[in-house]
Amino acid sequence: MSYVPTTSSEREAMLGAIGVSSVSDLFAAIPKTLRLTEDLPLPPSMVEAELITHMRELAAKNLDMDALTSFLGAGCYDSLIPSAVKHVLSRGEFLTAYTPYQAEVSQGVLQAIFEFQTMICELTGMEAANASMYDGATALAEACLMACNAAKRTKVVLAGGVHPEWKEVVRLYLRHQDIEVVDLPWDRSTGVSDVQRLEEIVDSSSACVVVQQPNFFGCLEPVQDLGDHIHRLNGLFVMAVDPASLGVVKAPGEYGADIAVGDGQSLGNSPSFGGPSVGFFAASQRLLRRMPGRIVGETKDKQGRRGYVLTLQTREQHIRRQKATSNICTNQALNALAATVYLCLIGRQGIRELGCLSMQKAAYLRSRLESLGLAIPFSAPVFREFVVASPVNWQEVNERLLDMGFLGGLWLGDSFDELQHCCLLTVTEARTKSEMDRFSTVLGGLI
Amino acid sequence: MSIFDSSAVGRRAYRFPDLDVPEVGLDELIPREHQRQSPPGLPEVSEVEVVRHFTQLSRKNHGVDVDFYPLGSCTMKYNPKINEDMAALSGFNRLHPYQTENTVQGALALMHDLAGYLSAIAGLASTTLQPAAGAHGELTGLMIMREFQRHRGDEQRDEVIIPDSAHGTNPASAMMVGCRVREVPTDSRGGVDVSALREMAGPKTLGLMLTNPNTLGVFDENILEIAEIIHQVGGLLYYDGANANAILGMVRPGDMGFDIVHFNLHKTFSTPHGGGGPGSGPISVSEELTPFLPYPLVTKTASGYEFFRPAQTIGRVKAFYGNFGVLVRAYAYVRTIGADGMRQISETAVLHANYLMRRLQKSFYLPYDRHCMHEFVLSGMNQKAFGIRTLDIAKRLLDHGIHAPTVYFPLIVDEAIMVEPTETETKETLDRFIDAMYAIAAEAEANPDLLKDAPHSTPIGRLDEAAAARRPVVRWEASVEDEA
Repeated sequence: MSYVPTTSSEREAMLGAIGVSSVSDLFAAIPKTLRLTEDLPLPPSMVEAELITHMRELAAKNLDMDALTSFLGAGCYDSLIPSAVKHVLSRGEFLTAYTPYQAEVSQGVLQAIFEFQTMICELTGMEAANASMYDGATALAEACLMACNAAKRTKVVLAGGVHPEWKEVVRLYLRHQDIEVVDLPWDRSTGVSDVQRLEEIVDSSSACVVVQQPNFFGCLEPVQDLGDHIHRLNGLFVMAVDPASLGVVKAPGEYGADIAVGDGQSLGNSPSFGGPSVGFFAASQRLLRRMPGRIVGETKDKQGRRGYVLTLQTREQHIRRQKATSNICTNQALNALAATVYLCLIGRQGIRELGCLSMQKAAYLRSRLESLGLAIPFSAPVFREFVVASPVNWQEVNERLLDMGFLGGLWLGDSFDELQHCCLLTVTEARTKSEMDRFSTVLGGLI
Repeated sequence: MSIFDSSAVGRRAYRFPDLDVPEVGLDELIPREHQRQSPPGLPEVSEVEVVRHFTQLSRKNHGVDVDFYPLGSCTMKYNPKINEDMAALSGFNRLHPYQTENTVQGALALMHDLAGYLSAIAGLASTTLQPAAGAHGELTGLMIMREFQRHRGDEQRDEVIIPDSAHGTNPASAMMVGCRVREVPTDSRGGVDVSALREMAGPKTLGLMLTNPNTLGVFDENILEIAEIIHQVGGLLYYDGANANAILGMVRPGDMGFDIVHFNLHKTFSTPHGGGGPGSGPISVSEELTPFLPYPLVTKTASGYEFFRPAQTIGRVKAFYGNFGVLVRAYAYVRTIGADGMRQISETAVLHANYLMRRLQKSFYLPYDRHCMHEFVLSGMNQKAFGIRTLDIAKRLLDHGIHAPTVYFPLIVDEAIMVEPTETETKETLDRFIDAMYAIAAEAEANPDLLKDAPHSTPIGRLDEAAAARRPVVRWEASVEDEA
């Protein structure tokens, strides 16, 4: 089954029009010694019905979050997705379009991106946003590059509480441009950046300070102190944020951030084993022309009708080549559309309710677990994730939880030597009191 | 109209469940200094308004599902619907990336096998599925090249040779790994100028990035010589797989001498382009480069599938494992096509392109007159005499309900029109495109103003891009009347 509609008589007619006798004549430029004479070592073709059976078998070898009640997060969330999101996304005009180069037949995608940019600005409190990045981690790496270019400095200070995988991506991107990355340590008792160390680590050669709010441990960072410090040294302040928090937690714009990035998976995108999600990228107006990626702008046609186009393209690789601000081309448009539809559906009141629900529920579970004897090692306030500690083997605990239908938290010992007894739990708006009560009881029996 | 214009205070669509735990005061949960002061200005709309708004927007958009989309180098082939259903199975799209390996054996098997299929198609040893798009694959590939050279003690290699016909992402990616770009010219046959390449290659050469067939749609017949020149000076060959739809089952980049290949799953492997993503840009590499791949990779052991970390891994290029949902679609596509169908894809794609090229050559200038592969490049030069630019031709095509080809690229062809029909179009569609192009060529002579003002039948006319860039408006703002 190859989806090729061409019949043999049509093939002959086309070969005749070209003036060759066989298709293989058209491949004459490929040196004979290179041409394959046998089929590739791939499995044989399948028809649709066979494919469905096969794919269902594969899917059945996975335990998914319909079967398990999840308290696992750490950058990927089991959030509620309104039904209308998938129905909008299944419109072929969105699904099967590409980058909107021909604006006159791409107003749908362009306006949707323009609305996405607007909503990201509203959420983050920033002045300008782009059309999307691959994910939060790569958005953060590009933010650091942009900060270095804007500040004309080559040192980046990363708060220790940034997601470990995001830090790895940032370090990898920056290493190749000879930019030094320095960690600002986090404090063992609070779970957030140690502001006492700022003077010593952040200096006038630092392009930016990067902080994640809430941080990987779910804790709210002393953002204002970090921002004020780097601004006194004329560097840039970069924030990575959880968009689900922004109805209740202060926005990057309110904290005075210069660049704000994050991952929009929890805004209407399914977890999908970690991708595709959508990275967002916002900045102050003065940095607009340094931003990576697509940007949609409003303009008019000859009759004065409002319309949308890809704009400021002289920043981009297809025009500027090696002088571009980034190499990004294809981004995550459909996932950005999911986020846009989601944000429309939940609306101004919903975004606040989303934050409140998650936070209240997380607080409930945290106090339940505390009363069952689990330690809460960090004193900082949290949003929807929190760390618990107990001298148990968390991998074994998680195995037992799995037997009881729970996806337990993330054991932190793997990424942090000093946190062998710690586990990161997540409570999204999708969790119910009865699920949390059952989880507490089961977990309480295992520690 | 914007969705913000429909907003009315207090209107709701989706409702979250009521709070079912005892409520604690907000100030007790987070200190005042961390609380948001002014709520984000999201719209307040009903569900039907949201659905209608986006449905109406969709109707202002062209897609493969709507009509022909011959956008060169983008491979706008049909995106099978069944693959959407497969990716939506909860056993795939409701998996958490941090689940333990024993609970995701099906997902790991899929990734393991897809990586194997891509390695086989590339003719190389191993594959990472982590990069999120083609350009991201390029970046990953270049990082691997640098790391490999560093390990050999060849740190001075900081030049990447790139043809003047290359995709813009190639030089931009080279810049992102701190390299300088050396541009090699194109010869009269449309291939790499081999003697110029020979002069450029040397101890500073990190490698060559090449698309083959290239962006002129031409297969570089000197590829073995080119590979030898680069390898002799200790450089590596990178294959930009944007044009891989021409070579499936016909020839393998590994056999041509390439060390690294990226595939665009959203092009060659039929996953939908989504209006500009999500894509997926896996890269396949040679045995010698395998230890440097990003981690984690999936391996098959006696007890099942496991993640592992290659010995000299460059690290991670994104969080988690790649655009898994896209991988599921591509996997389903490869299984549908099978070993027996791969060759048919490329043969038909090449047949269709040559058919269009030969017929369109009657009205449009063909700068490289030889058999093309899956795409070809015309020039609007013949029409320039009537004051018509390629942009006018592209815009007039929109009036025929057909998406324009890629225009003004590659940069080495004046007034370029780059056409890629793909294998999934019928001859009737190809003929309709030919008729439209003939009609436009005739109009260019008889009624050039019709073209200059085109398009006439689209939801909006030609837009003022210069004004958009001069005074950028990149977000919606309430107008004064709205606020009053």
